[in-house]
This record gives sequence, structure tokens and C-alpha cells, in this order.
Amino acid sequence: MEEKKFEGDRATQEMRQVAQDLSMQTIWDRELLQEPHCGFGLLGVCCKNCNLGPCRIDPFGEGAQLGVCGADADVISARNLLRHIAAGSGCHNDHGREIIKTLNLTSLGKAQGYKISDENKLKAIAQEYGIKPEGKDINKIAQELAERLYKEYGQQEGELVLIQRAPKKQKELWRKYNLMPRGIDREITEALARTNMGVDNDYRSLMMHGMRVALSDGWGGSMIATELSDILFSSPEPLQAKANLGVLKEDEVNVIVHGHVPVLSDAIATASSDPELIKLAKEKGANGINLAGICCTALEVLIRKGVNVAGNFLQQELAIITGAVDLMIVDLQCVMPSLPDIASCFHTKIVSTNPRAHFPGSEYIEFKEEKGADIAKQIIKLAIENFPKRDKSRVHIPKQSEGLIGGFTTEYVFKMLGGKYRFTFRPLNDGIIAGRIRGVAAIVGCDNPKLKSGATHIELVKELIKNDVLVVQTGCAATACAKEGLLTPEAAFKYAGRGLQEICEAVGCPPILHLGPCVDNSRILTACCEMVKEGGIGQSLDELPIAGAAPEWMSEKAIAIGWYFVASGALVVFGMPYPLYGSKNLTKFVTEDVESITGGKWAFESDSIKMAGIMIEHINGKRKALNLKPMMYE
Amino acid sequence: MKRLYYDIEKCMACKTCEIACCVGHSLSKDLLKAIFEEPLSLPRIKIKEKDNLPHPMSCRHCDEPRCVKACMTGCLTKDKKTGLVLIDKDRCVGCWMCVMVCPYAAIRPNQKTKIPVRCDMCKDLDMPQCVKSCPTGAIIWLEETALPVGTVSVRANTSNSKGTVPRQDKD
Repeated sequence: MEEKKFEGDRATQEMRQVAQDLSMQTIWDRELLQEPHCGFGLLGVCCKNCNLGPCRIDPFGEGAQLGVCGADADVISARNLLRHIAAGSGCHNDHGREIIKTLNLTSLGKAQGYKISDENKLKAIAQEYGIKPEGKDINKIAQELAERLYKEYGQQEGELVLIQRAPKKQKELWRKYNLMPRGIDREITEALARTNMGVDNDYRSLMMHGMRVALSDGWGGSMIATELSDILFSSPEPLQAKANLGVLKEDEVNVIVHGHVPVLSDAIATASSDPELIKLAKEKGANGINLAGICCTALEVLIRKGVNVAGNFLQQELAIITGAVDLMIVDLQCVMPSLPDIASCFHTKIVSTNPRAHFPGSEYIEFKEEKGADIAKQIIKLAIENFPKRDKSRVHIPKQSEGLIGGFTTEYVFKMLGGKYRFTFRPLNDGIIAGRIRGVAAIVGCDNPKLKSGATHIELVKELIKNDVLVVQTGCAATACAKEGLLTPEAAFKYAGRGLQEICEAVGCPPILHLGPCVDNSRILTACCEMVKEGGIGQSLDELPIAGAAPEWMSEKAIAIGWYFVASGALVVFGMPYPLYGSKNLTKFVTEDVESITGGKWAFESDSIKMAGIMIEHINGKRKALNLKPMMYE
Repeated sequence: MKRLYYDIEKCMACKTCEIACCVGHSLSKDLLKAIFEEPLSLPRIKIKEKDNLPHPMSCRHCDEPRCVKACMTGCLTKDKKTGLVLIDKDRCVGCWMCVMVCPYAAIRPNQKTKIPVRCDMCKDLDMPQCVKSCPTGAIIWLEETALPVGTVSVRANTSNSKGTVPRQDKD
């Protein structure tokens, strides 16, 4: 492997130095201790699915080429990959389930502090599910919808509802190749069954099912999570906030929400502005309560409430090492098990809240919607009471924080492009057809110390907008760019190509649109559907001049997301391959053969400029196939 | 000279050393590219099993190497300065005499290149790649005189009854 570079942003560099001075081990140190990573694991040719093994295939051809059962590298790596997809989709689908539960409890009047915030959207979604909203009480509609959604999770036959939003040609393709998910939980269970010893032994059929699992996430669990979050916590509209560790305040009670599900973070956001609690904070000598977020739950409250983002995945430990965080409240996904240990060196309290996710060394307060507001207040109170214990001499908050604009949704893009009285996607399609905008690229995913700790995104995004590619972002990738000040309208003038600049100027939007957390990748799917519907740039998603990338992916969720985009016809580029290269057949399948099935495919490239090149070339190819005009300013 | 020792009680048979060896001797020095090279780089170290315990096995660079004696073209030589048994690949004819006479089975034929596969102690690098890669520290690279006396678990490859003086035995 080539020498890796620790890059990260300046606040991260500063805080890592602080950690080193304190002899505290952080993710970068642990990563070095794991080097070199196991070669069999990297190549995906290690199988421990049964007790005949564990087995490994020698990638250099001299040793064993078959596991004890007879499985070759193709079967082993495909089975492993399918399990990764299942786990990733499982996270998103379970996230969706959590929000259905909140919707259900809210509709029954049993959830404390929650309400239906977007009635129009509730009615629209209910109608999609065949529930007639006319003459019904809003809570009744919500309850029927929740019940219907629960049923979709347990559905055994038929098709999902929201996947019907996809263009006709796409759906026919999925039906032809048996890729239509039949239920949400069913596909994951089947994935686990198929990968058991001696069940599915063809890497192609394993991967076909992998796509069906991923589709049940993108067009199922994730999409449900996005839509219901809009219904419950309000549909986002663009707003301003700040990102990076500099949002922490020396003179206020700093509370950080970390994790993924907005059911918790929304309640915490409400509680943190409770006048009584603010009064209590003042009694304890603080100037107020400062709420900030980390990872995706930060982005849930960012896009809806303008809560500042303290950092992305790699900064969770650093936030505690500032010594200024009085309490970090976590739910699930991407929460490092190291947090309680790091926090034990400071006054910081870690509060875990979800029965699915326990952290030894943290305080566990189970979060229940029935007492949502009370529990949120109880937790904020804990933070306030912890504030006097803060050792001011050990506080080290980096100065950096950049402004950003976040909260673009498919629905908002209609408004933004068409104006208040003329909702339309037309200007976007026209911009693409006329050659002002080359296409659209989604830059999403995690940040990873194995690459440049977030910096890969920045180079990639700049290169794309320079080439007139409109960029949409979610998750920690979005936060990485926000920290560089790229998520502002000014970025258009600094970095964007002339065509894209003209569009941004006319519409008044940044060249990079922040859509929210990683479950909101489903918004990209719905936006693509609208682009197809608007017409002129293809009959299905795979004909659109679009591409996606997760340059520094690390979570299994990223694999699942990548696959639902590939299964939906997009090119997806990862900065590092998932465990795959040990099987030449599987590698060929995902990078070439799958294109003849769904129109999408994978590419793997760690250099950000080359990555942009792959995406631009792909977009140019699609433009050519659509006979679009040449780029206006080339 | 520095030699390779193996603490077999620490060896987990994970074969990370085999992979690191292949990569270290590949053209690209990058695993994800090395597996696509032609001819494939092969490991100079192999994890073998004896008495239900993993035994890493590689060339001992013996003081009185049988392979050098047996080499009919004289392409194998014992370098007096470094202590390494070196190979002049251009002169090797692939007769596999070295493979046959090695009492440790530490030399293996590469049927594709017709050149024996054997440890060169990563002589052009700062340290052998297997040592660097071992996740448990089971591979020890040490001046032979520095090996602590009475270190029972640290054994070189096999018994010392082969008359090749493979290393100083301390157990």
C-alpha cells in the first residue's frame, strides 16, 4: 500500500496533536496499530460461516484454492459481500422501523412531545399507500399509515410501495431480473439464509439477491425513514448553520447528540431550548445551553432546526478531547466503542439511550417516546449539573467553524427552480440539455483514516463543480465539505465552472446541495425520478447523466447504499474496494457485467482527481447516448 | 548477522507474513495490484504445521548450506559479509537440486519462472516484510548473539540435527 497521509481539516489536525500530547490513543493511532490489515480480509477470501473452517483462499494461487466445503474465492467473497449488504440495509431498515414506531405512538397520542409536523406530506404518503385521507382525522391517517408500513416490513409477496415511484422502464427491468424486493425484512432474512454453508453457491445469484436487499433499503427502509422524518419533524428547507469543532462554546453547557435516529435528537433539540433548563444552566454559571451534533443525527437536526454540526465521524473522539463537552448523548450506528474510555479522562458524560446499542462505561438512560420530552429534559439536566465539573484549564476548543447551507430536498428543489407558483424541475433538465450543467453527482459516505481523513471529498467535489457537475451531498462527506466552506453559494464563484455558475446565480443556490444525513440518500433517488419525469434526459435512471461516489467509505451501510444506486442504474465509485478483489469473477461482475443488467456499475479508485475523471467520463458517455448538446463552454 | 526467529507460541497461523512476503516481492508492492501481476509473486515464507502447532518456515541462510554445495551452476553462493545465501537468477537453470537437498523444505520450486522461491531476508529493504507484518510479534529479527539464553519457545525452524548449522540453538 502507498504511504498514507493524515490530512483532515485544521481543527482535526490541531486536536489530534492535543490528543498526542495527552498520550491519548485515537482512531488514527489504532489504525496504525492495525497495519498491515489482514490480506485475506481485504480481498474477501476468508470464510468463517461454518465450523469446517475457518477457511482461506490463497490469493497468490499456490495454496488452497477451495474451502473445506469446496467453496472457491467467488462463492466466499460473494457470500461475505451479501452479508455486508444485509447488515448495512438492516441498519437503515431498522432506523425506518424506529420512526414508524414514533409515528404510531404519536398518532395514538402516546408520544410525548411529538406531533405531525407536515400534514400535507402525511396525506400524500398515505395516498401512495392506498389510504384515503378524505374526511379522516390527521392522527387516524397517521395511525393507518403506521400500521400499513409495519405490514410492509413483514410483507412476503408482491412489491414495495415507494419503489413504484421509479420510472416504468426501471421497474420492468427489476421485474425481468427478479430484483423487485418483496418485503423489507424478508430480503435480509433470505440473505442470511442464502449465505449459510451449502445454500447459494453461485456468485451471480448471490449478488442478484444482494441488489434486491439493497433496493429494499433505498426504496424501502431508507425512503420510509426520510419521508416519516419529514412528516414528524418537519420537511427541511434550506437554512444556515456552522460546522466544525469551533461551534463548541467555552462559556456554555455543551451537549452533543451523536448517532442516527432523529427521534432522539429532535427531542433533545427541543429540550435544549427549554427556558427553565436555560435558567438552570445560568444558575450553574453557564451562559446557556449549546447543542451541537456529530454524524448523521447532527444532520437530521441541522436540516430541520439549524443545529450546528460539531463534526463528522472521525471527530467524535476529538470533540470529547476538547474538554468542553459536558455530555454526549448517543443512540446507534457509527458510535465508536472507544468513547466512554476517552470520556473517562475528562468530566464528559456519555449517555447511551437505545436498547439496541449499549456502551460499557456509559450511563444508560433508555429513551422512550412515551416520555420523550421528560427524558430529554432529564438528560439535558444531567449535562447542566455536569458543567461545574468542567476543568477550565484543560479546555481546548479549536477556532475553526465554517458556515454552510443545508436542507435541500426533492420537494424544495421544485420550489427553488420553479418559484413559488410554478413547481418544476424544468430548469435543471434544461440546464443539462443545454450543456450548462454536465450532470449531477452525489458525493456521500464516511470519512476514513485509511485515506485522507475527509480531505479526499474536498478535492473531488472541487474538481466536479469545476467541470460543471452539480453536486449533491449527504452524511459525513457533506460535513467534510462544509468544514471547508464549500456548502455556500460563494463556492460557485470560487470553484464552479462557468455553466454551473450561471445556473447557481440564476437560481440562487450553492453548487453543492446538502440533502441531509445518509438515510436521505433516498432523496437522491426521488430527485432522479423527478428528473426522468420532467423529460428530455432519459426514460430511466440509468440513462440520466449522473454518478455517485463514496470516496472514504467505511460502514457496511455505505456498501448497501452503493448497491441500491448500482441496482437503480447509477455508476458508483468507492475510494477503496470492499473485500472483493480475491475473486476475479466477482470483481468483473460488479465492475462490468452488472451494467448489462441494471445499467449501473462499480468502480474503485483512491485518487480523487482520477475519481472525478471516471465520473465525468461516465456522465459524458450518458450525454452522448442521449444526444445532448455539447457542453456550452467547452 | 541478523536472523529470523519464530516464537511459535505466538504464531496464530494467520498467514499475514505469507501475504506480506508476496507483496514485498511483487512489482507493485500493493496487495490489490499484486494479485493481478503475471507471474504472481510467491511467498518465501510458509506456515507449516507440526504437532498441531503452526511452524513458520523460511530459508535459514545456513552457515554450511547444502543448497550451495548442491547447486550445479554455482548460482547459489554464501555471502561471507552478510551471511545471506544469494541467488544469481540468470545462471539458475531450474534443476531443483537446492529444493531437494534443503533439510527444512524451505526452498520451493516456482514452476512458472523456473527459479526457486527462497527468502532473501528482504535484503534491499530496511527490514524483512514478514517481521513488519506479524500482528502478534511472533517473527523476531535479531542478531543471533542477542537471542536471550533459555528462550524455549523461540525456536528456529526445526531440530539442529541436520548438520547444516542453521542457527545458534538456545533451547
